[in-house]
Amino acid sequence: MVAFKLTQEQEMAKKMFQQFAENEIKPLVTEMDESETFDFGLLKKMHHYGLMGVPYPTEYGGSGGDVLTYTLCMEEVSKIDPSVGITISVHTSLCCSCIYEHGREEQKQKYLRPLIDGSQSGCFGLTEPNAGTDAGGVLTTAVKDGDEYVLNGQKVFITNSGFADTFVLFAMTDKSLGTKGMSAFIVDKGTPGLEISKNIPRMGIRASQNCEIAMMDVRIPADRLIGKEGMGYKIAMGALAGGRIGIGAQAVGIAQGAIDETVKYVKERKQFGKAIAKFQNTQFKLAELQTKVDAARLMVWRAAVAKDNGEAYAPMAAMCKLFASDVANEVTRTAVQLFGGYGYTREYPVEKLMRDAKITEIYEGTSEAMKMIVGGTMLR
Amino acid sequence: MKIIVCVKQVPDTSGKVAVNPDGTLNRASMQTIINPDDMNAVEAALKMKDETGCRVIVVTMGPPPAMGMLRELMAMGADDGVLVSAREFGGSDTYATSQILAAALKKIGIEKDDIVMCGRQAIDGDTAQVGPQIAEKLGLPQVTYVGEMKKTGGTITCKRILEDGYMTISVKTPCLLTCIKELNAPRYMTVRGIFECGQKPLETYTYETLKDDPLIDLATIGLKGSPTNIFKSFTPPAKGAGMMLEGDDKDTCNKLASMLIEKHII
Repeated sequence: MVAFKLTQEQEMAKKMFQQFAENEIKPLVTEMDESETFDFGLLKKMHHYGLMGVPYPTEYGGSGGDVLTYTLCMEEVSKIDPSVGITISVHTSLCCSCIYEHGREEQKQKYLRPLIDGSQSGCFGLTEPNAGTDAGGVLTTAVKDGDEYVLNGQKVFITNSGFADTFVLFAMTDKSLGTKGMSAFIVDKGTPGLEISKNIPRMGIRASQNCEIAMMDVRIPADRLIGKEGMGYKIAMGALAGGRIGIGAQAVGIAQGAIDETVKYVKERKQFGKAIAKFQNTQFKLAELQTKVDAARLMVWRAAVAKDNGEAYAPMAAMCKLFASDVANEVTRTAVQLFGGYGYTREYPVEKLMRDAKITEIYEGTSEAMKMIVGGTMLR
Repeated sequence: MKIIVCVKQVPDTSGKVAVNPDGTLNRASMQTIINPDDMNAVEAALKMKDETGCRVIVVTMGPPPAMGMLRELMAMGADDGVLVSAREFGGSDTYATSQILAAALKKIGIEKDDIVMCGRQAIDGDTAQVGPQIAEKLGLPQVTYVGEMKKTGGTITCKRILEDGYMTISVKTPCLLTCIKELNAPRYMTVRGIFECGQKPLETYTYETLKDDPLIDLATIGLKGSPTNIFKSFTPPAKGAGMMLEGDDKDTCNKLASMLIEKHII
C-alpha cells in the first residue's frame, strides 16, 4: 500500500470537473430531465474540455489521463446529473474502448480519433429485446456478402444512439458457434437501413438518449469488423468490465450528491424549534451513509488503479459496481426520507437522484450478474 | 509578441481568514483561490493567444504553494509560469510588491509588441494599486478598468468601464492593462491541459535572482520596505439588504418619498 492520495493532476482534474458540473451542467438539469432531452450545446462543451476522452492517449486526440481520473469525472458529473454521467460513460468506456482495445490502426485513426478529440459521439449496441443479462442470446445477424457485411436485427436500450455518429454493434456471424459466433462492427450514423427510435420513456436518467435500433439490410464495408469474426462477445464483455468502474463511480457520485444536498438541507430545516441536523437520527443516518459512500469510492478507485496498472480488474469492477449501486439506492432513498415531504417534491434534487440511482443496479450488468461474476471467480 | 499576466492567490472568502500578529494575512494557512479579476486578465490573454498564437506567461508573487495556481493557469493554456518567492519578499505592501514584480517583469523582458495584464484589484486588499504601480515603475502606458478590448496592429483600443460612465482609450504596446469581470468569462482547464501542464516551464525567481535589479533593495521590499503599516485588520459590517420598488415612475417616486419621510431622512 502506498497512499490513498490523488496525484496533483488528478486533484486538478477533480476541481475542473466540479467547476464544469456546477457551472455548465447544474443550470440545465431540471429542464433536461423534464423535457427528456440532452442539451447539445452542453455536449459540445464536454467534448471541448476533454470530458469525452479522459483515459485515452493524446496520440489519438485523447486527454492522456488515466482510468482513475475518468472515475473522478464520472463521480463529479453524476453528483450533479447522472444522465450526463451515463452519456460520457457509454461513449468513453463502451464505444471508444472497443475500438481502442481491438480496432486496427486505420480504424483508430478514422473512428477513435474523432470520438475522443471532440468532434463526434459514440454508442454501443449489444442488448436486444431477448438478450439482456443473457447477452449470448443476440439474434442480430451479420452475413458476409462480397466485400460487405449485411446486418439485420434489433437492439434496445442503446444509450446515446439518438445522436451518436459512430455505432459499435454486435451481431452473430455464425449462430452455430454460440457466443463464439458473435462479431463486433463499426456502423456510421445514417447508413441506409439503420433506424433509430425516439428516446424510450424512463423512470430516471431521462435526459440521456436511450433508443431502440432497427437494422434492415444495413450494408457496411467488411473492414468495419472490429478484430476478427467470432471475437464480438469477448470484446463486449471486456468493454463492459471496464465500463462497470465508471458506473460504480456514477453511483458514488449520485450518493455523494444526495448527501451533499441533504447536509445543506438539514442545517436549514427547523422542526421542534431546532435544525433537524441537531437530531441524533439525522447525524447517525448521515454518518452511516457517508461511511458507505467512502467505502464504495475506495472500491471504485481500487478497480480503476488495477485497470491503470494492467492488472486483472474484472472482479474488482463487478464488486465496486455491485456495492456502489446498492449504496446509491440506499443513500438516495434515505436522503428523500430526511428531506421529508419536500424531498418527494421536484423542487429539490433528491427525488431525481433517487429515480436516477435505480438504473445503476441494472445497466452494464445487473447486480445479480455482478454476483455471478464475483462468485464465479471465487469458485473457479 | 507575448503577454505577461500578473496573478495573485487570494483567500477563499467562503473559507476561514487567518491573520498574523503583525496584522498581515497568514496566506500559507488559508484555503486559496485565484483572484477573480486576474482570471479575466488570463482569459483575455488566452483569447489573444487563440487569435494570434502569442505566448502567455503567468507570474505570481507568493509562497511556494502558489505554484499549484500557476499550474492550473498553464492547464488552461498559459505557456510559462514564473513564481516570485523569497523570505525577503514576505509582508510586502503594494509599493514593495510592485517593486518586486516590476523587477521580475524586467527579468522576463518586455519587448515592443508585449502586453502586461493584471486584474483590476485583488479581493483581499481591494487596493487596485499594484497594476498601476508596476506600469509606473516600468515606464509603461497603462489603461485600468478594461471592460472591452480590441487589438489592431500595435494599438489596443480599450473601453474602460467606470462607476459613472465609459471611456474609450487607444494605447500602443508595450503597455499594461488592468482587467475587470465584464471583459470576458474565464475558461476552464482542459483535461488534456491538466495532464500536459507538468511539462511546461515553471521558473522560480528568488531574492538571489532579482537582487541586482536597482528596484530590489532591502529597504524597498518586504515588510521593512513597505510604507504601509497595518494598524488593525477587521471585517467590515455587512451591508444591509437593498429593496427594489416596483411600479411606474410616479408611483415608485411617491413610495420612495414617503419611506424617506417616515425615516426622517427628508
